[in-house]
Amino acid sequence: MEKAHFYHALKVVEEVCIGCTHCMNVCPTSAIRVKNGIADINKNACVDCGECLNSCPVNAIIVEQDDFSQIFHYKQRVALLPTVLLGQFPDDISEKQIYSVILELGFTHVYEVDETADILTEVTKTYMQKHHQERPFISSFCPAIVRLIQVKFPALVEHIIHLKPVIDISAIFYREKLKNEGFSDDEVGIFYVTPCAAKIAAVKSPVGEDKSFIDGVINMDFIYNKVLLSIKQNKSKELKYELNKHISRRSIGWTLTNGEASQYSGRCLAIDEIHNVIEVLEKLENEEITDVDFLELRACDHSCAGGVLTTENRFLAIERLRKRADWYHRNKPIILEPKEIEEYRPYLLKNISIKSIEPRSILSLDTDMMEAMKKMEKINRILKVLPSIDCGACGAPRCQALAEDVVQGKAKMTQCVFLQKMLTKEGLITPQESFDISENTWGVKRFEKKNINDH
Amino acid sequence: MEFAFFIEGGNFSKAGSASSEVKKILKQLNVDSKIIKRTVVSLYEAEVNVVAHAFEGDMIVEIFPDKIAVRIEDKGPGIPDIEKAMEKGFSTATPKVREMGFGAGMGLPNIKKNSDEMNISSKVNVGTKLEIVNYLK
Repeated sequence: MEKAHFYHALKVVEEVCIGCTHCMNVCPTSAIRVKNGIADINKNACVDCGECLNSCPVNAIIVEQDDFSQIFHYKQRVALLPTVLLGQFPDDISEKQIYSVILELGFTHVYEVDETADILTEVTKTYMQKHHQERPFISSFCPAIVRLIQVKFPALVEHIIHLKPVIDISAIFYREKLKNEGFSDDEVGIFYVTPCAAKIAAVKSPVGEDKSFIDGVINMDFIYNKVLLSIKQNKSKELKYELNKHISRRSIGWTLTNGEASQYSGRCLAIDEIHNVIEVLEKLENEEITDVDFLELRACDHSCAGGVLTTENRFLAIERLRKRADWYHRNKPIILEPKEIEEYRPYLLKNISIKSIEPRSILSLDTDMMEAMKKMEKINRILKVLPSIDCGACGAPRCQALAEDVVQGKAKMTQCVFLQKMLTKEGLITPQESFDISENTWGVKRFEKKNINDH
Repeated sequence: MEFAFFIEGGNFSKAGSASSEVKKILKQLNVDSKIIKRTVVSLYEAEVNVVAHAFEGDMIVEIFPDKIAVRIEDKGPGIPDIEKAMEKGFSTATPKVREMGFGAGMGLPNIKKNSDEMNISSKVNVGTKLEIVNYLK
């Protein structure tokens, strides 16, 4: 059984949730049940992909973020920004304007997370040459995918590349840089502006690392609103931000689909959207796919441009990022300065590895195989009496899921509305008992008398 | 515990569905992931063999506390020379099948590699019977 506590940024706001089952039906790890008329997320199974948030018709699922004012606990306040942030804004708002407003919000430094992609690409190349593990190598980029592999594809964890993603490399780079400038460790606060829920979970309960290098996380939509508001109201007096760096095409495209896969030689595939990823991982596990060297796997459709906290249409955002990358590429000679990061290369290389990633399967029915076999037999017996139409009216996404819950002592067979009707007809339960069971699943409110004529 | 799956000859779009089902069951039974992988890889190869060469077949999976025993029986042309079929790279697959990415002649050798015990018997124009055993400890 799981002992560790997993932090999840996705939260159900109970006052808002109407228990409609949309989220329950789309969850790729079957982590959601409806109890008392409210969606309940199983922490061990959730991988923070955000599918539930996207499907919720009443915005009852939110991404919990750190309180913004906490940045002021630190003397040096670094905003680590994802490159997709700039893609959210209309063309007439400049990079300089956006970054200036972010500084005005209270940050002392802004740094683009993906700037360290150049270093990571190089290290990954050597890593793949040196390690003779079974191919393909799977990128550690997307935290939702790392978690998905841990819980659903335990045999594949060893394929994950044991290198830090750019977000962590950038965080340790900036912390070290400020330390060298004379600031102590607790004076430096590093805050990541996130386009998705999974990155928050990765910061709060990291995989393969003892602690995170990031002090707090701020949702990207929050920053987007602040920046746009300030620009619309013409609040900025002066543009504080100096545009004095070169950012490579590779860095700007890093979080978009094919950002990583296009960098390496051999047969590299880029797959986005979690269901597509699951399909490929299934095939990989059966060795139906062989001879692939590198897999870039991302949970969101169109990778980070489709993150749950993005605001702009993903296709428009991607177009803007491509344009920006081209601009930097063309104007490279004018703004190229010796990159500060090069001085830190040895330090970063020393700290770039992560520890082993442990599988934590959610699929096994019991740690003891004999017990698991007994449970499976019970499940198969239960399935014979369930209607197998997967209506979800029991509060579980499929008949199979209800059968498993029953055997694990998490649900009762009578939650099935078909069984309730049969049992009532045969006089084995009273209509009142049947009603009480439904109230337990769907909450009292759902059954409050409503007069059709009132509406 | 016993599970039975029907395999349809010639239907490559469904090839692999039986082995995927077995994989799901073994994961639920908390079987070691390395053993699952070996078993599923050998079953997938065997399943594709039936799809590629036979008219139809059955996969019977028996799970015991100490081993997984699988029997794959098909109705089909049979294998005239089993020893030859066990050689790496030997294949009777048609060019069409090869174009689909199957028929590289690695099937039987790969099954052998991924199982603890393997028995194969065949009657020409009747069918082939393949038995695979993987131990759990």
